[in-house]
Amino acid sequence: MRRWTPYWLALPAWLWLAIFLVVPIAAMASVSLTTGNLIDGFAQTFSVSNYSDAIAKYSTQFLRSLLYGGIATVIMLVLGYPVAYWIAFKAGHRKSMFLFLLLLPFFVSFVLRTISWGFLLADDGILFGTLKGWGLLPEGFHVLATTVAVIGGLVYNFLPFMILPIYVALERVNPTVIEAAYDLYASRFATFRRVVLPLSLPGVFAGVLMTFVPATADPINAQVLGGTGNTMIGNIVQTEYLVNSNYPTASAISFTLMAVLLIGIFIYARALGTENVLEAAAR
Amino acid sequence: MNNPLLRGLTQSRYSRRDAMRVAGFSAAGLALAACGVSGQKPPAAAPSEAASAAADFWSTQKKNGKVVFANWPEYMPEDQAPLKQFQQATGISYEYSEVIQENAEFFGKSEPQLRAGQPLGYDIIVMTNGVHLGKMLQLGYLVALDHKQLPNFAANAGAKYKNPAYDANNTYTIPYQAGVTGIAYNTKYVDEDITSIASLFDKKYEGKVGMMADAQEVANFGMFATGVDPDKSTQADWEKAAAKLKEQRDQGIVRKYYAQDYIDAVAKGDIWLSQAWSGDVFQRQLAGEPVKFVVPQEGGTIWIDNMAIPKGAANPVDALMLMDFLYKPEVAAELTDYIQYVTPVNGVQQILAAKDDKDSKALAESPLIFPTEADYAKLRSYRTLTNAEEPIFNGLFQTITQG
Repeated sequence: MRRWTPYWLALPAWLWLAIFLVVPIAAMASVSLTTGNLIDGFAQTFSVSNYSDAIAKYSTQFLRSLLYGGIATVIMLVLGYPVAYWIAFKAGHRKSMFLFLLLLPFFVSFVLRTISWGFLLADDGILFGTLKGWGLLPEGFHVLATTVAVIGGLVYNFLPFMILPIYVALERVNPTVIEAAYDLYASRFATFRRVVLPLSLPGVFAGVLMTFVPATADPINAQVLGGTGNTMIGNIVQTEYLVNSNYPTASAISFTLMAVLLIGIFIYARALGTENVLEAAAR
Repeated sequence: MNNPLLRGLTQSRYSRRDAMRVAGFSAAGLALAACGVSGQKPPAAAPSEAASAAADFWSTQKKNGKVVFANWPEYMPEDQAPLKQFQQATGISYEYSEVIQENAEFFGKSEPQLRAGQPLGYDIIVMTNGVHLGKMLQLGYLVALDHKQLPNFAANAGAKYKNPAYDANNTYTIPYQAGVTGIAYNTKYVDEDITSIASLFDKKYEGKVGMMADAQEVANFGMFATGVDPDKSTQADWEKAAAKLKEQRDQGIVRKYYAQDYIDAVAKGDIWLSQAWSGDVFQRQLAGEPVKFVVPQEGGTIWIDNMAIPKGAANPVDALMLMDFLYKPEVAAELTDYIQYVTPVNGVQQILAAKDDKDSKALAESPLIFPTEADYAKLRSYRTLTNAEEPIFNGLFQTITQG
């Protein structure tokens, strides 16, 4: 009996996944192949054209989302790695406090945080209004309703998800390994490049995974901070589903996005030299 | 991904017991994969049949002493005085929640539940005349009202708010409040009197113009700009309007297509002029902000937020009583005093004018709250779109707002 215990304990989680992940995904896949409208009903016709139509119609928003997500992820990596490094190696006994500070913004809702950016960055608000008053900025200068605001919002909202996995990876680097590198006359830079960085790569991988995927699919930042021509694919899914009640197209877009992201992740895993994606993410 | 979708898909096909039986087995997934979402279009019943069915329904309903009212934010005085009065007068306790933020979102969330024949948990809902209320009606999700139990409505509803085009004879809905879509502008930045819709298309205001994200709202103004009455428009008119709006966007005149937050942007000066709803602007004026509202000479739209009883409501009789109670002029006056939109109830203007405080007097005199006949002459209604037209219409205008 005892040897079955782990299986019984794992059962709720498996059931949870089966009911709330597998079933809806299967249902969504089914809906994405139907045709019709809400009033007359949707019939299963296995029409793949939903996909080609959606991609043709929304290719701009698809590419834009991938671009915004990509740029945001690179910025987060550049900003986040030093922070993670600093907390892991230099913060000493205050480590936990800094980690707490990092997570503090999450006690406020995502939407609210984004909206508060709107206040901060208003054309004549606290920041720009003052700078314009001093003549440091031209009158017409604005950040809200631009691409910069959307990408900035993405970076701000997802940055902790980049820092934490990298921190965990760096934290686990054995200090004696670094000492050994110095003993072998490696410079500080060479130690970092050939010892610390490779050991932290699984963290970088997980960080990119945890930021690129949600940033690409996010509708909130584009809606609150963006202007014309900043619509992302998440906004399109919302519109197609809620406004147009076009469930097949909304599902087809979601699946396409999922496929694109999965393919991207596997390519990225190969490029990073990770033999096995899941293994890297699990480490 | 989308909870309502998931809920709808799992619930429409299986009762809870069935779901328990198959829970966790991939068979459920496979079974679901084989089916689509079935339509709920009710078979077209003859009007007399529908009427007798409604009569049968109401003859079996009783007062339960409870009512649940789902409404929009800031659409009821904070002290809920009208509802408290209702409770005192009738002994019916109420539950009031501000769960409706957008017609589309509310419809999207409710639709799977209503399709599955499950109660929403609300006895009264409030929806604007437009595409989504139209879908509720077409899908048969609303209960036909028993007008015998709505004497105040019959006596006090303004003639303009009875028998609307979208719901003949108020069979399923009666108005809660109405409002006007026009232009709001910040007088700190705009130093001319805005009178024409052309100002929204003026290169002078490049990057300082706000338009609405809603396809119908934005389309209506495109049509006014091209000299078309939206209510009588054809597809050719839409295409012309879309071209005009696209040009406006591509020239960089529009800063953003707003959902709700345009009025903050106008007040802060992020944009200088914008498409706007009358009540929003009036609330800002009372707060002393330099915003003005105007119905452009080419026309503005009037929309009506309607009360309705969703199918499966637990307390329909109590709901009718509350709906009718809100048509007492003195109750309606309290609503107007706080909400500051256009009231569909006659007699409110006189009550407000007779009050002592100057804010109420200002309301009674405001053409934003009580449009004059000349204003009404400029106001047009939303176009009712057929099922075939809707995707064409949305396709034309959403590619502009979500380009």
